[in-house]
Amino acid sequence: MSPGEVVAIAWTALSRHRLRSALSLLGVAVGVAAVVILTGLGEGARTYVTDQFASLGSNLLIVIPGKTETTGGFPGIGGVPNDLTLADARALQRGLPNLRVVAPIAMGSETVSRHERRRQVAVIGATHEFLEARQLAIATGRFLPPEEMERGGQLVVLGAKVADELFPGESSLGQVVRIGDWRMRVIGRLESRGNQMGLDMDDAVIVPVATAMRLFNRGSLFRILLKTHSHEEMGATCTRALAILSERHDEEDVTCITQASVVSSLSAILTTLTLAIGGIAAISLSVAGIGIMNVMLVSVSERTAEVGLLKAVGARRRQILALFLAEAALIATLGGLLGLLFGWLAIRLLVWIYPAFPASSPPWAVASALATAVFAGTLFGVVPARRATRLDPVAALSGR
Amino acid sequence: MIELEHVTRTYRMGDQVLHALDDVSETIEAGSYVAVMGPSGSGKSTLLNVIGCLDRPSRGVYRLDGQEVGSLGEEQLSAIRRHKIGFVFQTFHLVPRLTAEENVGFPMVFAGVPRPERRERVAEALAAVGLAARARHRPNELSGGERQRVAIARATVMRPKVLLADEPTGNLDSAAGRQVLELLERMQGEGLTLVVVTHDPGVAERAGRVLKMRDGRIAERSRGADRATASARAEPVP
Repeated sequence: MSPGEVVAIAWTALSRHRLRSALSLLGVAVGVAAVVILTGLGEGARTYVTDQFASLGSNLLIVIPGKTETTGGFPGIGGVPNDLTLADARALQRGLPNLRVVAPIAMGSETVSRHERRRQVAVIGATHEFLEARQLAIATGRFLPPEEMERGGQLVVLGAKVADELFPGESSLGQVVRIGDWRMRVIGRLESRGNQMGLDMDDAVIVPVATAMRLFNRGSLFRILLKTHSHEEMGATCTRALAILSERHDEEDVTCITQASVVSSLSAILTTLTLAIGGIAAISLSVAGIGIMNVMLVSVSERTAEVGLLKAVGARRRQILALFLAEAALIATLGGLLGLLFGWLAIRLLVWIYPAFPASSPPWAVASALATAVFAGTLFGVVPARRATRLDPVAALSGR
Repeated sequence: MIELEHVTRTYRMGDQVLHALDDVSETIEAGSYVAVMGPSGSGKSTLLNVIGCLDRPSRGVYRLDGQEVGSLGEEQLSAIRRHKIGFVFQTFHLVPRLTAEENVGFPMVFAGVPRPERRERVAEALAAVGLAARARHRPNELSGGERQRVAIARATVMRPKVLLADEPTGNLDSAAGRQVLELLERMQGEGLTLVVVTHDPGVAERAGRVLKMRDGRIAERSRGADRATASARAEPVP
């Protein structure tokens, strides 16, 4: 009795009860599709977040005020760290001549207005280097000029959305807007970029960092971005930057985050999350397995006489077992494949609706969903199949 | 040769012990034609099931071709059923979803007969029962008599030594029944041992031996017609 023959016989048995077989098959399909879709979403979220970080540019170090170890909370919250000042940025520039970029950033929120049009936006205080550090691009005009970071001209670069809102249908270049009580001349407009790490660059304006600090009446920077030439320099640069700032502040009160460490820890968290939701979805597969078991039990009791006949013509126990197990495995496998198709279609639909969200089920999830379905289905088929092999042939033949 | 010595088969029903077979001793020569008769519940079917290794004696000795069978394990019993025994049932027991030729080929699937040889033997067996033209019909497309002939083809396709028929004509009209019996008798004439459980006095008349059972015992043994007559009568069947 070849495996092909076992499957063929099992197939004829299943096709005799199309509806019943199709329903239990559907149960498996829903379970597998759930695993594929949910892990696809999880993996999509992971890719989305890591891509967001990558869009900040590689080889990026972020120096933020506050020390994780001393406060125990998130950097910048709690404790009273020294301000991170423009002078600190200067010191880093001097102390680390090999850096590609040193970009001090100040942040705040302010009302930008032109005549009667007003808009509350994020105001980013930056320097010329910010363009490279955040990998932004200019649509029209120019970016902040390369000049001393302490010089705060009354210039502003508008995000795409801000420009559209304040200057509908006209060019904003050379025009004047008010930011708070300050009048600023528009020198450029950013290319549309969308969300970058929770900050919508389209709905932000960029002014010189010194101007921003005066605008917000603040002595401390939000953070300093450092960009190295190569990935290998990052660790040493971090150490050196901390040393320079510790010396200036007489204590180590800043934190240096490498982007890679943030990305890898976020990625690890999201992978675990994907695994967890995949596992939850896999529970639905065991429900599908119970469905298969139920169908197989009905099938065995309906075909008692057939089992009796199998025994009468001398089929071995394990041949009878194989026949019934093959039915369960067939339901599970076909259901699993159908589920993969459902899952794939659902993810394609999702990507079609939200092209920005890179949902795609990881191969390990697809493989393990199918494997779990086949395994669970076959496992739940064992009890009914064994019941068939244990029937007394005489009783089975008389349909008892 | 079938040898039964003091074979007893008991069933437990609640507190009662039921003697389906009660100390039965009997020898059936190879190639003979035996009819088993008796009222229902007299143990006819149990006797047939024990002979066919579907059931085991509770006590006593059963030898098939000199081999003690009663003490064999399940695997060996299924091997004996596969190779030495053919069953024909009152209710045919065809697999409804399979065609006539698939039904006939069914036992060979489990015996591991290679496919080309199987096809040949199925065609042969169907031709022998006169149903070559109905090979691709499913049981529900066949008449009762045709179904039983398919069942006979299935019972003989493994070329067994013993053919056991449990009221093979019980569900058939008399014309179809006669045809089925003639077929069985012709096969017996070709060397099979044929044991038929029946209510039909006509069968008893043509069998070589008749065992009349009552309360699990063989109450009466008698000689029917001799073998030569039985096979001679079967000859005219196409």
